[in-house]
Amino acid sequence: MVLSRARQSYDGVVLAVPVTVPYQRYSIETAHWWMGKALRALADGAGISHRDFDGFSVASFTMGPDVAVALTQHFGLSPRHIDHVPMGGAAGIVSLRRAARAVQAGDADIVACVAADTNQVDTFRKTLANFSRFAQDASYPYGAGGPNASFALIARHYMDRYGATREDFGKLCVAQRDNALKNPNALMKKPLTLEQYMSARPIAEPFHLFDCVMPCAGAEGFLVMREETAVSLGLPFVRLLSAIERHNAFAEDPVQVRGGWVVDRDELYGMAGSTPGDMDFVQTYDDYAVISMMQFEDLGFCAKGEGPDFVRQHTFTVDGSFPHNTSGGQLSAGQAGAAGGHLGLTEAMRQLLGTAEGTQVKDAKLGLVSGFGMINYDRGLASAAAILARAS
Amino acid sequence: MTGPFLKPKRKNPLARTTQPLLPPQARSRKAHGLTLAAATGRFMLQCCGECGRYTYPAREACPNCLSSDLTFRDAPTGGSLLSETRIEVTSDPYFREHMPWRTGLVQLDCGPIVIVHLHGGCGGPGSQLKLSLQLDRAGQAVFFAKPVSETPHMEDDPQWREMTADPKHRRVLITDGRSPLALPMAQALKKAGAARIFVGVADRWKPLDQQALLAAIEGVEFVDLDLTSERSVQELAMDIGAKVEILVNTADHVRPAHLFDAGAANAAREAMDHTVMGLMRLAQAFGPVMRSRGADGAAGAVAWVNVLSVHGLSNVPQFGVHSAAHAACLSLSQWLRTELRPGGVRVINTFTGPLDTEWFQTVPPPKVAPKAVADAVLDGLKRGLEDIYVGDVAKDIEARLFDNPKAVEREAGQ
Repeated sequence: MVLSRARQSYDGVVLAVPVTVPYQRYSIETAHWWMGKALRALADGAGISHRDFDGFSVASFTMGPDVAVALTQHFGLSPRHIDHVPMGGAAGIVSLRRAARAVQAGDADIVACVAADTNQVDTFRKTLANFSRFAQDASYPYGAGGPNASFALIARHYMDRYGATREDFGKLCVAQRDNALKNPNALMKKPLTLEQYMSARPIAEPFHLFDCVMPCAGAEGFLVMREETAVSLGLPFVRLLSAIERHNAFAEDPVQVRGGWVVDRDELYGMAGSTPGDMDFVQTYDDYAVISMMQFEDLGFCAKGEGPDFVRQHTFTVDGSFPHNTSGGQLSAGQAGAAGGHLGLTEAMRQLLGTAEGTQVKDAKLGLVSGFGMINYDRGLASAAAILARAS
Repeated sequence: MTGPFLKPKRKNPLARTTQPLLPPQARSRKAHGLTLAAATGRFMLQCCGECGRYTYPAREACPNCLSSDLTFRDAPTGGSLLSETRIEVTSDPYFREHMPWRTGLVQLDCGPIVIVHLHGGCGGPGSQLKLSLQLDRAGQAVFFAKPVSETPHMEDDPQWREMTADPKHRRVLITDGRSPLALPMAQALKKAGAARIFVGVADRWKPLDQQALLAAIEGVEFVDLDLTSERSVQELAMDIGAKVEILVNTADHVRPAHLFDAGAANAAREAMDHTVMGLMRLAQAFGPVMRSRGADGAAGAVAWVNVLSVHGLSNVPQFGVHSAAHAACLSLSQWLRTELRPGGVRVINTFTGPLDTEWFQTVPPPKVAPKAVADAVLDGLKRGLEDIYVGDVAKDIEARLFDNPKAVEREAGQ
């Protein structure tokens, strides 16, 4: 068997026009409405017509019964590269990876990557009840706790095995809330103290209220193109240095203690010519703080099992020793369905473009974004990460 | 730990009756391999015919070798707890009424990782557990984990009670007090803590063999019930329908007749009237009220038990009419099962071989003692089964039908 040669670089691939359609806790609109808003903001931001997007990549849990091609008619697009990436929290980076190769190869010039979900009153329950075959057969009928219950099992085990405490999780949540207070788009507007975190009502032990994201409606989007396209449009951009994805890694682990990042992280840093220590900020996929901690380990910021200690050693606010989830992350900005997987990317782009305003990390040149998603049965299956860099 | 399940307080007659809700019901077709096992109290998982590994959740191909030869096979029931949680908040209306709810992640001794309902007596992570497959209130198979050894009031765990039909503090109707099953059934129910036992008797003026023994059981109350009379059944339902949480239909009518006998059709009509039509009359009268009371407190309506002849599954010529009548009862019971499911009321069919009674006098042993049927029904109620096979004949036919139903048919009467 001939194994793959070294991967080609992402030279010349850039991202431009980070778009966030401000979130709402509940929406009477459909996912399509939110996608339309995002597409329009992308076109306005690029100063071109949406008809000039010849690539379209979409992620959504609530766009049914439509598929991506149906959306082209809905929005008047005529793309030559089209993608539907139903991978939840990994969708942003997976979309980016595919779009990057499409523009590199000339299959497309400008790919609009959009994630949008609505949150109508009963949307969340319906999404959970129909999430996957394994979830329907083997996890949802057990208390129907949704991801809270599934990740509670992972968190309990992680705490037992590596000595993480609720205070450790709380430290991350509190720091993210601090960051969110500087982000006008964040849904959470009130400060959070560790005491409030600790005394909040239980949801699924060991999780209490502030361990859980708030489902909401919203959209995120960005454009992927070649550098010369961005220059010709006069668009500020950030560079894609490297990106990885891995699915269903370590299936033999009885309980999830690591994600697929571990398999490919050397390549991630190798392609980018950097090390974990070079990152000016990190945007993890924070459906739960324990998963962020797992990412610190699996992305090489500390060794396996040292996540709790790493958290104790650092501060995670915008001005901290380890700026993390600078927009407030999903925990404090809100989880707009699949858009939660794009949130870290748009925030990282703003950091590197120097447009993050209140949440700006000083002199940010290099940042890591990671994605995680799809708790199909007992564990999250999809993991992905990307390193982005300032244009110059 | 589990506290004892105390006798519920008398319901405030002005209080609204809680409407029954069901846990999530959607399942893949393959997952019903677990339903098959749970219905009879077996513990089965998909096992690969090529590489021999057990797998879960239910799949179409073995993740180890991609063989599609995945059949449900009996599996060891042991496992160890990897992690647990207590769910306090859910978006599902059924579970919302049962919060908090304890679940866990278990590594089975045979390999797979399963999410389970966790009994209150189970220890924390690292504990050894004994698993079973149960039918939940929606009639769907779920894994339930209990401590390996008995703990106090084990059967009173509120999550376990949702998976079973325990007679404790429930009121029961035995439909035919003249059946030889009535006495042992009433005794067993009493022993299991039934609050009241109504015993239906047709033509009360006629002598009743076991009257004194039945009357001696505390909580037994005789009621007029003639299953061949729609009016009688309806009147009783109007009187006590809302007090019946478990209905045990013991009605039967065994009369030998050859198919070519001149009077065979009459014999069949009479048997059908007592059994099939009797069941239909009961279903019409008691079904709606039982269905509506599936969530009426902690001891709401929970089960409907039919005692059927195993020959309803495959005809035997010696009792051809009886077999046919019970085949019809079985079909009707499946219909009833569907109709009662929205109430979370389970229909339990108890298949028995010939009973050791006068009407089966000519049949050689092994025969089934009425007490054995009663004990099996109680066991089924307490374990939450759906299909129970009592006695060697019934178990033999069950196994042979599973293996080759044509062989059962050809060998009948030989």
